[in-house]
Amino acid sequence: MAVLVIAEHHNGRLAAATLNTVTAATQLGGDVHVLVAGENIAQVAKAAAQVGGVAKVRTVDAAHYKDALPENVAPLVASIAKEYSHVLAPATTFGKNVSPRAAALLDVAQISDVVAVESADTFVRPIYAGSAMATVQSSDAIKVITVRATGFDAAAAGGGSASVEPVTATAPVDSAKLLGQELTKSERPELTAARIVVSGGRGVGSAENFKVVAALADKLGAALGASRAAVDAGFVPNDYQVGQTGKIVAPELYIAVGISGAIQHLAGMKDSRVIVAINKDADAPIFQVADYGLVADLFQAVPEMVAELGK
Amino acid sequence: MEFDVVVVGGGPAGLAAAIRVKQLAAETGADVSVCLIEKGSEIGAHILSGAVMDPRGLNELLPNWKARGAPLNTPVTEDRFQFLTRRGSWRLPNSLLPACFHNEGNYVISLGNLCRWLGQQAEALGVEVYAGFAGAEVLYDDKGAVKGVATSDMGIGKDGKPTDAYQRGVELHAKYTLFAEGCRGQLGLQLEARFNLRERADPQVYGIGIKELWEVKPERHKPGLVVHTAGWPLSNDTYGGSFLYHMENRQVAVGLVVGLGYKNPHLSPFEEFQRYKTHPSIRPFFEGGRRIGYGARAITAGGFQALPKLVFPGGCMIGDDAGFLNGARIKGSHTAIKSGMLAAEALVLALAKGRGRDELEAYPAAYRTSWMHDELYRARNFKPWMSGNMLFGTLMFGVDQQVFRGRAPWTLHLKADHTKLKKASECTPIDYPKPDGVLTFDRLSSVFLSNTHHEENQPAHLTLKDSGVPIKINLELYDAPETRYCPAGVYEIARDPDGGNPRLQINAANCVHCKTCDIKDPTQNIVWVAPQGGEGPVYSGM
Amino acid sequence: MKILVAVKRVVDSNIKVRVKADGSGMETANLKMAMNPFDEIAVEEAVRLKEAGSATEVVAVSMGPGACQETLRSAMAMGADRSILVQTDADLQPLAVAKLLAAIVKKEVPRVVFLGKQAIDDDSNQTGQMLAALIDWPQGTFASKVKLADGNVEVTREIDGGLETVSLQLPAVITADLRLNTPRYVTLPNIMKAKKKPMETLRPEDLGVDIAPRLKTLKVTDPPSRKAGAKVADVKELVAKLRSEAKVI
Repeated sequence: MAVLVIAEHHNGRLAAATLNTVTAATQLGGDVHVLVAGENIAQVAKAAAQVGGVAKVRTVDAAHYKDALPENVAPLVASIAKEYSHVLAPATTFGKNVSPRAAALLDVAQISDVVAVESADTFVRPIYAGSAMATVQSSDAIKVITVRATGFDAAAAGGGSASVEPVTATAPVDSAKLLGQELTKSERPELTAARIVVSGGRGVGSAENFKVVAALADKLGAALGASRAAVDAGFVPNDYQVGQTGKIVAPELYIAVGISGAIQHLAGMKDSRVIVAINKDADAPIFQVADYGLVADLFQAVPEMVAELGK
Repeated sequence: MEFDVVVVGGGPAGLAAAIRVKQLAAETGADVSVCLIEKGSEIGAHILSGAVMDPRGLNELLPNWKARGAPLNTPVTEDRFQFLTRRGSWRLPNSLLPACFHNEGNYVISLGNLCRWLGQQAEALGVEVYAGFAGAEVLYDDKGAVKGVATSDMGIGKDGKPTDAYQRGVELHAKYTLFAEGCRGQLGLQLEARFNLRERADPQVYGIGIKELWEVKPERHKPGLVVHTAGWPLSNDTYGGSFLYHMENRQVAVGLVVGLGYKNPHLSPFEEFQRYKTHPSIRPFFEGGRRIGYGARAITAGGFQALPKLVFPGGCMIGDDAGFLNGARIKGSHTAIKSGMLAAEALVLALAKGRGRDELEAYPAAYRTSWMHDELYRARNFKPWMSGNMLFGTLMFGVDQQVFRGRAPWTLHLKADHTKLKKASECTPIDYPKPDGVLTFDRLSSVFLSNTHHEENQPAHLTLKDSGVPIKINLELYDAPETRYCPAGVYEIARDPDGGNPRLQINAANCVHCKTCDIKDPTQNIVWVAPQGGEGPVYSGM
Repeated sequence: MKILVAVKRVVDSNIKVRVKADGSGMETANLKMAMNPFDEIAVEEAVRLKEAGSATEVVAVSMGPGACQETLRSAMAMGADRSILVQTDADLQPLAVAKLLAAIVKKEVPRVVFLGKQAIDDDSNQTGQMLAALIDWPQGTFASKVKLADGNVEVTREIDGGLETVSLQLPAVITADLRLNTPRYVTLPNIMKAKKKPMETLRPEDLGVDIAPRLKTLKVTDPPSRKAGAKVADVKELVAKLRSEAKVI
């Protein structure tokens, strides 16, 4: 049987997480179909058809799917799900909002935040805020899954040539209405949602010196964070704090500047996909977890990095 | 809120007292209301002990404890006493061990789990147990008698002003208030000062116990094995020793007690404990194992001579708030339970006579004729002998016990710990090895395992009488010993990038409520007060 | 207007839980338990609505072993008026919980059901959405602000790119996110009062719900430990590797 991926898309573009979800789908052993529901989604459908590994794109173009409200999307998914062995959605706020509603309509369980596929019915997912990984087996006829993007590579955005087929829309449900959105347009993204986070620690030395770290964050379009030590020392306000008692982040890239790597800080960023550490103390514990470690004086290395990134 | 009895502290003494009051009340059909408050988030959250327990106290309190499922599951099967040198060790034959080191009939337990069980027994008897509430202030009536305690306000910001979450503490009034805060209880100290309870007592002396819980490989595990060591890594003039107890579930409790009368300000009890584990006769236990718990607590060591007057109008002190721990046996839970029982017995009799807010003189009188008194009396010279040269002291204590059977015609005396610290310039710094992250660890990853947490936006509960002293005196003269004796990394000397402008940074959120700073600060400038209730460590199985 | 709040008893969020040595699950014996932090936020929101006059009654409900009574007492100490315990020692998974809640909704007929967005043990983030589907109510998930009006509720939700506000016709299901509110401290007098508030105990059979689990946990392991990675010699090498090797910039 085939496998269905519920695509997430915004403003005519496929969301990146959809591509990672497609990769997960290809590991389940069946043709991969992608559902694109929305209004005026021809462009998105085309993009989906070009994704490597996708056999078919199923589209629904109607006003009541425009805002991705689960009250409408979930019944739509449920209406075609019986044709599939698996229904996947990215574990984004979109997928988390829609997918469980669809699962309940199908009277099946959902497996959330899957990071690895062991077999068609067995999946690995984090529990206890990532302190442990559970290998879970589903006995349902249809497996509904949300996929954590960091667990899978993105499928190729081009090279595919899937067919595109319309699907009958489900009746509009108007119990929910989107009133508006406030998408972060500020220079710096929000710490817990940012793709890249640059954090400064005690080594930065002063509030004034934090400019150095901020310059790197700006260059990368990253959020700015800090260790507890930097917050306690008054370098930055406490909503910058990443760590056990601050914010928990899991960006694609986490750059720790002048941070020793106390376990309380690590607890806040250990799920980052790539960790870079810049610290002049070669023994700093952060190097134990950093994928790339640079033993250097941050006051030289960071400006140098900003310059290098400009090339 | 009015009760007949308020108990401050949910440790073995407080719980035993509460249980005993209810047992006695039930016998006579009297209705005695008992309210027990505990600052930890649950009963047992702040309990940390070795522990090898003498069941004597529990046998008297709840004779059918076994049938009721008390967690005394590992009887002691073997005692070992070893003297460690840097690379070797020699074992003292058990035949030469004084009675206080024999543990037949005792159990290796988690005192935290026992307290949790005692809490359930107390609630089943109708004691109102409220965890998450700290006793912050003693209340006095217009005659100056203790009329109860007030719980701490919640939701006060760092600036001292109420936040949106502010909840005022409540006043708990009682006919008798029992103070059972454990070693160096803050309210106990205030009561001692106010009622002059230490007038005829020696100053209390203390040790800091730092403990880890390990899960070891099955082949390393010997349930019931009790090991004590003295010697390395502590020098001959530093009181202390280690304990290593094998419990159930392949768990081993291991720790080091360092007497807080140590002289060298460069000494770090935490790092002494870490390097102790590397000793060739100790490390094998932990190979292939994993550390699952960490914590620290000060313990009273002064025993008999350091006991204050136990009663004052309206209340009394029980357990280690008074200091009933037997330093020679390093056991205090059995005497804590017994003291709670004795106070309860005196209290119920007084209530039956319609008394309240007066001195329960029957309690100290009962203590004086109890087995507790006899035990503490016979061990009384232990700490004084051990406060000087350890080897000489051991010999002399041996004489005290084996020749005089603890009834030597003299009683030696104690000097306060904080007065003993020498200046940094007069002492040799100690070069401690770096932690390897497998057998030895750093403070922060240790504190992590204690699950300690505090609302960050509250006034620091480590208060300073004089804010200039930490730099002018502690740093100048003693090289900031608090940065070393604190087992949780609360104190740091922060400096500007150029090394100038040193200041004491207090990371209050790390505090594990051990009370060592309150004890050892050379000018007694640090005063520990309870942060808002329900915070601090959440010990499990400790 | 009645509000139903669902609460779960989980290991206290301050405790570092570890994997059992045999990999069969987590070591939870003897650990301190507490109300799921997101559920506390849900209870707080419900109680605030009652205090503001928008609701007349807050009913807390929990499912699980008898010890869940403590969690319900906490909810009542925060201000819930009464509680319902669906008592079972069985392994309850989100779909089963949603079905039990659907049955309770049918009995109690609330106008709003509040839940925490996810439980910190299982981290599934499903129950509220599943309940909404089963009773065909609109859902406002990951709520950071709730504005109750006549016949509808405006829910501001935390989404990946920022915030979004939806208007839901009542009755509705709302799941609470971290920033919705800061739960109040429970006071001693309120704990004492809570002891006297009514608690009803039901069994899953009484509600006619099949709670059989669908997912089986085969094993639980420690997360992959990050290996101490490579050290780079200089900034040039770092940037090059981040571009070509890690492909993250």
